Amino acid sequence: MSGILRRAGEWRVGAPIADTKAPAGPIEERWDTRRFEAKLVNPANKRKLNVIVVGTGLAGGSAAATLGELGYNVKSFCYQDSPRRAHSIAAQGGINAAKNYRGDGDSVFRLFYDTVKGGDFRSRESNVYRLAQVSVNIIDQAVAQGVPFAREYGGLLDTRSFGGAQVSRTFYARGQTGQQLLLGAYQALERQVAAGTVEMHTRHEMLELIVSGGRARGVVVRDMVTGEIETHLADAVVLATGGYGNVFYLSTNAKGCNTTAIWRAHRRGAYFGNPCYTQIHPTCIPVSGDYQSKLTLMSESLRNDGRVWVPLRKGDDRPPAQIPEDERDYYLERIYPSFGNLVPRDIASRAAKNVCDEGRGVGPGGLGVYLDFADAIARLGREAVEKKYGNLFEMYERITGENPYEVPMRIYPAVHYTMGGLWVDYDLQSTIPGLFVIGEANFSDHGANRLGASALMQGLADGYFVLPTTIGDYLAGATAFDQVDQDAVDEAVDRVKEKISRLLAVNGTRTADSFHRELGRLMWDHCGMERTEESLRKALERIPELREEFWNNVKVPGDSEGLNQALERAGRVADFFELAELMCVDALHRSESCGGHFRAESQDADGEALRDDDNFAYVAAWEWTPDGPVLHKEELDYEYVKMTQRSYK
Amino acid sequence: MNLTLKIWRQDGPEDRGRMVTYQVEDVSPDMSFLEMLDVLNERLTLAGEEPVAFDHDCREGICGMCGMVINGVAHGEQRATTTCQLHMRHFKDGDTVTIEPWRAAPFPVIKDLVVDRSAFDRIIQAGGFISVPAGSAPDAHSIPVPKNAADAAFDAATCIGCGACVAACPNGSASLFTAAKITHLGLLPQGQPERASRAKAMVEQMDAEGFGGCTNTGECTAVCPKGIPLDAIAQMNADYLKASPTS
Ligand SMILES: Cc1cc2nc3c(=O)[nH]c(=O)nc-3n(C[C@H](O)[C@H](O)[C@H](O)COP(=O)(O)OP(=O)(O)OC[C@H]3O[C@@H](n4cnc5c(N)ncnc54)[C@H](O)[C@@H]3O)c2cc1C
Repeated sequence: MSGILRRAGEWRVGAPIADTKAPAGPIEERWDTRRFEAKLVNPANKRKLNVIVVGTGLAGGSAAATLGELGYNVKSFCYQDSPRRAHSIAAQGGINAAKNYRGDGDSVFRLFYDTVKGGDFRSRESNVYRLAQVSVNIIDQAVAQGVPFAREYGGLLDTRSFGGAQVSRTFYARGQTGQQLLLGAYQALERQVAAGTVEMHTRHEMLELIVSGGRARGVVVRDMVTGEIETHLADAVVLATGGYGNVFYLSTNAKGCNTTAIWRAHRRGAYFGNPCYTQIHPTCIPVSGDYQSKLTLMSESLRNDGRVWVPLRKGDDRPPAQIPEDERDYYLERIYPSFGNLVPRDIASRAAKNVCDEGRGVGPGGLGVYLDFADAIARLGREAVEKKYGNLFEMYERITGENPYEVPMRIYPAVHYTMGGLWVDYDLQSTIPGLFVIGEANFSDHGANRLGASALMQGLADGYFVLPTTIGDYLAGATAFDQVDQDAVDEAVDRVKEKISRLLAVNGTRTADSFHRELGRLMWDHCGMERTEESLRKALERIPELREEFWNNVKVPGDSEGLNQALERAGRVADFFELAELMCVDALHRSESCGGHFRAESQDADGEALRDDDNFAYVAAWEWTPDGPVLHKEELDYEYVKMTQRSYK
Repeated sequence: MNLTLKIWRQDGPEDRGRMVTYQVEDVSPDMSFLEMLDVLNERLTLAGEEPVAFDHDCREGICGMCGMVINGVAHGEQRATTTCQLHMRHFKDGDTVTIEPWRAAPFPVIKDLVVDRSAFDRIIQAGGFISVPAGSAPDAHSIPVPKNAADAAFDAATCIGCGACVAACPNGSASLFTAAKITHLGLLPQGQPERASRAKAMVEQMDAEGFGGCTNTGECTAVCPKGIPLDAIAQMNADYLKASPTS
């Protein structure tokens, strides 16, 4: 909130932090060891243990269903009117798994290796290895639930290639993989609702975490229909509330995606890991006007067959069909001959920005590049292309009014995913005992850059397989937990009510959306695809001013009773303001480039991201204090993958 | 372009509700329908009026959250398109556009254009799943699924649960929604053990929620943003009959 006296952008360094839960020993055995060592809760006791799961996406939906199956008493929350609508539903391209069904040389180790390398050596080896191991179980689980993955004529599962990999390990359900996987989890969840193990609370927004006796013991939520503020208590709380890309206002996230749940938990003591690691996706539909409310992704799978190009000559504004082959620059194929159009996202995005900065961009404002299917259509036939990408092409046409079978698509990078999130250990537990964080909301497995089709994998690995085991180890001790302190509950409720009344009382002259747009623009310009010390310092000066103005001049119509969407939005924007500042601090302190974090001061002769392993091979875990953020470093050791400068050439 | 909007306003479930007329100016043809409403809402807010409440989230046509009856048609006249994917280039300067919520007894209005669709979740709870606890699944390749069955199951599975089918049906039937899930799971080998009990339980829940019966008018498929075919309902009826002992 406002009234912070310290200078914006200052931070202090605190004691280092370490993950104490990953067992030692050979990496292939660590997960088995942890599973064996984890304490078990006897079935009769599970019924007496209450777990709150906030979020019903792939991570939260699968976790709540599985915890219910195990016999825990679960309460599940989401802000939409049905758990099936969580933003995981929008994932298009696919999910990775080391099944090696193609016999093309894939293995658990290769998926592990690709993910560590793709993350630019900023993730934890133990976690990533486990993710690759569990990936195979996810496909089995989903198929058994009836997820209709694409199949070949023999009846076996089909796969395709995604960026940053040279094997074909991505399972998919046309362009709607997220939808089908989420519906699988949703159905499992509804089965538990029917069985009475899960109590579902839709249209409820979590606004505060209740911490009592040093443990996470509950949440404060607002019933978005009646406006009532409710408290729910439990023995453990799981946050599965997704990513915070909407801090940029324009992103591929759903309109309701927010940081409130994790930010409130951060304010209560959960460290925030690598907040500045943002993924900018290379293939999104460009912005068309000031009214733009969100950006739409065109799946990365399109880069399997689409070729990316811009005119060779600056300012060439001929229609694409009139630009002859030898006057086109297929720049990804030119610069990265071995990966071509399938380089990882951070690299493809920056390359697009570079050609547009050179004045060779296409479409309105020169902020676009072509993604051309002419060759694929000539090679495979229109029908085959339609089979693979039909729904994406339709979506593109609906939004732009242009037919991509005839005119190349225009695409531009957009904010898509946040690798940062609440810091968790190997058990997915945050620095607040009893607070577990899963899915995109945690920082765990993707380092400084996530590979395509790995978020669905991580969400479901966390929810179906990892959390249900590790949370048991914590809950086995629940009989010794103290009673929840009523003062802690009252305090949390008061904070929520105070914030709501403050927002409603300002009665200024600008809408929350207009502040959000301005904040987003600021973040995109100064903490976006390219960051410099100067740009970040500028943002750090401007954010507190804008936040101050927000609290003095926002206009939130209506009252706190009943459905009030403007109030919901204003509350989220208020938290984005605080997060934005931490993101800039993190980006400023990390003066190296790595993955999606590109500091212009740190690049090699070819303009590629230049890491500084001597000084930055750590996770930045930030603690919130009233006197500004405190940095705790978790050193990263690489025993199995040798740290090298990434090359996709 | 400039438009006249006639929008259903209703303060809450108890309020009777009414149509209210608004003018919007300078609408760009590249705007989505919801962006046009955003512009109206920004203006209403600054003028000290209550903005129009409507549900929306992904704005990519997949979450199923948005839905309004536009000029008498669920999701508007453009076929196979959700409200969020409808763009203003399909309207012309001077048009009058009426905007109303889904209307069906089992979908009570919460406020303005927002309705309560929780009946759909309860239909799924009744049996819209395959019972397979996490960790108990065999290897994915142990059961090959013929490609045509997988593709047909996928087509039914694309339902986004928006409720347009109910809003369009003269009887307020939820048959297309319910049938889509029964068909998706019933076409797959994994779905066979519970096939009959699933159909029976889901159909009974649908009736219990107060949705009307199907009289094959086909209005549902006509507005379905995912084009779920009417055949699904025939499949549902067949599975239901098999499950019910002849009386
Ligand atoms: C357009 C798009 C396409 C993508 N495609 C792919 C792909 O092909 N492959 C891939 O691997 N990844 C993809 N991703 C990324 C991936 O979809 C997400 O990272 C992942 O689905 C996140 O899942 P989640 O369960 O962590 O969160 P979400 O699915 O975002 O769920 C968040 C949940 O939290 C709830 N919630 C949030 N805040 C609150 C609150 N304050 N109170 C109560 N409830 C709250 C929401 O209601 C929701 O239920 C894509 C992402 C986007 C945006």
